[in-house]
Amino acid sequence: MKLSRIIANTGEWLSGSGPHDQIVVSSRVRLARNLKGKPFPGWAKKAERVAVLDEIRSAVEGLPEMENSFSERLEDLSPLEKQVLMERHLISREHAARGAGSAVVMNPEQTLSFMINEEDHLRMQAIRAGLQLEEVYAMINRTDSELEETLDFAFHDELGYLTACPTNVGTGMRASAMMHLPGLVMSEQVNKIINSVNKIGLAVRGLHGEGTEAMGNLFQVSNQTTLGETEEEIIARLNRVIAQILEHEQNARQILLQQRAETLLDQIGRAYGILCHAHSITSKEALNLLSFIKMGVDLSLFPSKSRLQVDELFIETQPAHLQKGLHAAKMGAEERDSLRAALIRAKLKQMPEPEIGKIPTNGFGNDSPATGENP
Amino acid sequence: MFCDVCKSKEATVFLTQIIEGKMQKVNLCEGCSKEKGVNDPTGFALADLLLGLGAAQEIEKNPAGIRCPVCGFSQADFKKTGRLGCSACYDTFAEGLSGMLKNMHRGLVHTGKVPARLAVSRVRNQELSKLREELDRAVTAEQFEEAAGLRDRIRTLENEGREAEPAPNRVAELAEGEAEPLVPKPRQKP
Ligand SMILES: [Zn+2]
Ligand SMILES: [Zn+2]
Repeated sequence: MKLSRIIANTGEWLSGSGPHDQIVVSSRVRLARNLKGKPFPGWAKKAERVAVLDEIRSAVEGLPEMENSFSERLEDLSPLEKQVLMERHLISREHAARGAGSAVVMNPEQTLSFMINEEDHLRMQAIRAGLQLEEVYAMINRTDSELEETLDFAFHDELGYLTACPTNVGTGMRASAMMHLPGLVMSEQVNKIINSVNKIGLAVRGLHGEGTEAMGNLFQVSNQTTLGETEEEIIARLNRVIAQILEHEQNARQILLQQRAETLLDQIGRAYGILCHAHSITSKEALNLLSFIKMGVDLSLFPSKSRLQVDELFIETQPAHLQKGLHAAKMGAEERDSLRAALIRAKLKQMPEPEIGKIPTNGFGNDSPATGENP
Repeated sequence: MFCDVCKSKEATVFLTQIIEGKMQKVNLCEGCSKEKGVNDPTGFALADLLLGLGAAQEIEKNPAGIRCPVCGFSQADFKKTGRLGCSACYDTFAEGLSGMLKNMHRGLVHTGKVPARLAVSRVRNQELSKLREELDRAVTAEQFEEAAGLRDRIRTLENEGREAEPAPNRVAELAEGEAEPLVPKPRQKP
């Protein structure tokens, strides 16, 4: 499969649906694995890296679930193509910077992706829409079990799966959820909530001042420890924290609706106004305004069929996505800002004009509260 | 407030992590936060970042000048990169690493998934190391009858292991039969 086909299609995690997908945008689980007896990529000679690449790549391409997959060596991708994959979080910045001996393989739905010779010999991730970490782990765990039939992974009796960095040793697993938390940001509670729920090892991108630095009010919640617990225990712990944040966000939205409905409608209306008429907009401003539109969709101010269009704009307005398909030379920031504004105007014009005049009667009622253990 | 990495630009990204009640804080500028992959949902670990900010010193508990016999990696290399050279490095630098792992993780023993082909031998190896410890204790205590019994059980298990799995699965034994030279040979970073 060609990269252009991958780029043209939205990933299943964005277009699909899942539990609590209004607030939990996506769930991912990544596993790090290395081949036994081979130096880690950062320390290996080029010939050794190439040999590891060949062995892993053919094993991955041979998986039944990877039929019609996209598979490419990093050195054969243009800087723009790499950046597009990075903006979709399908490859990491570190992986994009690597040259000879590295490759990326992904399925057409973009739910499974494999980075070969990133920091570890193999990093594989599964991603789905909404909150479904158990299902996502089951997906990548199945793939891992299939691969271990042909690949001899480095495993230590006490320390478990061995990784280049000691922060990943043990399960080699990082599970994460991307959460959209405009309610907590608007009510200035997000730092407090994050500090009160992160008794478990997890890092969250913090805020400066009143939320102006939060890119689109999107937050990542992920486990930070990988040794000493089973994969299921780590995910259960993470789910409990996510459920708490989810509940706080639902409460914050409810309170905003009850006590500051005018402010809420004002913010959404202004965001719509600016996005409909701006002729130059930075990526950061676009994301922050789109976050209000997304909340407007949650409030049924916009028809629910607009949801995908809005969600797609979060990705489509990123610098490399803007320039994809344009075979022009690399654009300057100003040029990108006006292209971004034009793209947003065009997309919003396709959507019916919202009725931002009255407080919706059903509020944020569509998303039922999280249960914690089994969302 | 300045960025903890470049120490020159204003910090705008504040990271907090609390593990077992111990709070760690890192402040970064926009540029450094991007470079360190803070926005990368699955690649980023705060402990990882801390490694680059001095936590990697910890490995010095090992005798100076020690090199991994399999890949030639040294403590200095780890201090520079925060990454190890090969899977055998975990045994080479075990002493320094264990203190570091204790600060980073919730335990020192893996309790999760085990590759299917290793599941049986892993149980056997764990049993063996327990028996060997008991044997040491029995010998020290001059309980020779018990020691003889333990030695028999160890032999039986060892034979089972040899029959079931000709290839060693311990990383410490990687050096045998691998293409890598046994004599430490310093590598150049590519
Ligand atoms: Zn900096
Ligand atoms: Zn080594």
